[in-house]
Amino acid sequence: MGGLRVHGSPFSTATMRVLAVFHEKELEYDFVQVDMKSGEHKTDKFLALNPFGQVPAFEDGDIKMFESRAITQYLAHTYADRGTQLLFKEPKKMADQSVWVEVEAHHFDKVASKLAWELCLKPMFGMKTDEATAEELKGELGKVLDVYEARLSRTTFISGDAFGLADVHHAPVVHYLMSSPAKEVFVARPHVGKWAEYILSRPAWARVVALQNKE
Amino acid sequence: MGLKVYGVPMSTCTTRVLVCLHEKGLEFEFVPVNFLGGEHKQPPFLEKNPFGQIPVLEDSDLTLFESRAITGYIADKFKDTGCDLIRHGDCNEAAVVRVWVEVEAQQYNPAIQPIVYQCLVAPLIGKTSDQKIIDESLEKLGNVLDVYEARLSKIKYLAGDHFTLADLHHLSYTFYFMKTPYASLIESRPHVKAWWEDISSRPAFVKVSVNMKYEFN
Repeated sequence: MGGLRVHGSPFSTATMRVLAVFHEKELEYDFVQVDMKSGEHKTDKFLALNPFGQVPAFEDGDIKMFESRAITQYLAHTYADRGTQLLFKEPKKMADQSVWVEVEAHHFDKVASKLAWELCLKPMFGMKTDEATAEELKGELGKVLDVYEARLSRTTFISGDAFGLADVHHAPVVHYLMSSPAKEVFVARPHVGKWAEYILSRPAWARVVALQNKE
Repeated sequence: MGLKVYGVPMSTCTTRVLVCLHEKGLEFEFVPVNFLGGEHKQPPFLEKNPFGQIPVLEDSDLTLFESRAITGYIADKFKDTGCDLIRHGDCNEAAVVRVWVEVEAQQYNPAIQPIVYQCLVAPLIGKTSDQKIIDESLEKLGNVLDVYEARLSKIKYLAGDHFTLADLHHLSYTFYFMKTPYASLIESRPHVKAWWEDISSRPAFVKVSVNMKYEFN
């Protein structure tokens, strides 16, 4: 199975999204840490892997990719028979999941990653949270999570009736928000709160977080 | 066949789906939504898309929303019909398509969408354009287009030698962008310009763009 390599940072939500799938699929990979503090992701060497100068970048032999959700989908399809099943074999269920993969990317992430930046990442970098912005974003997140609450009251997971790729995609930002004052937005909605706790309790997720603790 | 699209003919996201259907040569029923009347924000439409947005696709008893989920579904279900939009026969090519589909969604669209909104939509609904948002977005878009220019100087389409979903997803917003005062961002980059002229002259898009007029009658 040699030849799977990820270039990234264990604190980057996009990198974590890819690492989560590696661990769910029980795939061996080589992790190459990118020194973002010194701007390594903007060097010519890295730009050859991702011309947008962002982590993660990925290699599988001759196949080179970037954009976390392209990488995760490639892994889920290519290694479908390994580890956790993240896709549905039944076409209608697969189509339904693909909708919620887009929902994460276009509705959830837009708001939630900005909120995680304000509440969790800015303080990590010694910057001050803008409380007014954070409150506004919490309100917007609440509206998205109202839709999630309705979804999760019908299906156990965002992906559908089984844990899948759409759930994994949420884990990195949910991880940050659930250890911040934004946790209340999740737990105020019973199905959402339960789902958020579940996706963070996966053993595969614990292995992703463990990489941060090595720092 | 039973394919039904709910939307409006000038909507960027609806037309993303319509172009895909035409590239595949598929028959479908188009159901106009009373957008100005807010039909998409109320039941029963909310049962089709709880986020209250167009388009929605129905295929027999399957209901889908999010335009890129719909195009992905069509491109996969009908992969052996019409244009191969996902290069499914080649693992490497298919992976590259996945990357550049995400690039449109994550890099290009967030930069271009605010410009189209501020220049074309805001005035129509009685709002003042925010030049600060336009200027910030133009800078972001310029940086993205520099990457596209470098890429398209080496290959004909974003994901390789063939037109794919990665190119198709750009059509609708770029069409409207070219009607703003900032079309020079595309015109001034020769390979991006050539790529735009190529993809926007494909019959499927020409057919759909006839109805893409940003005016509310």
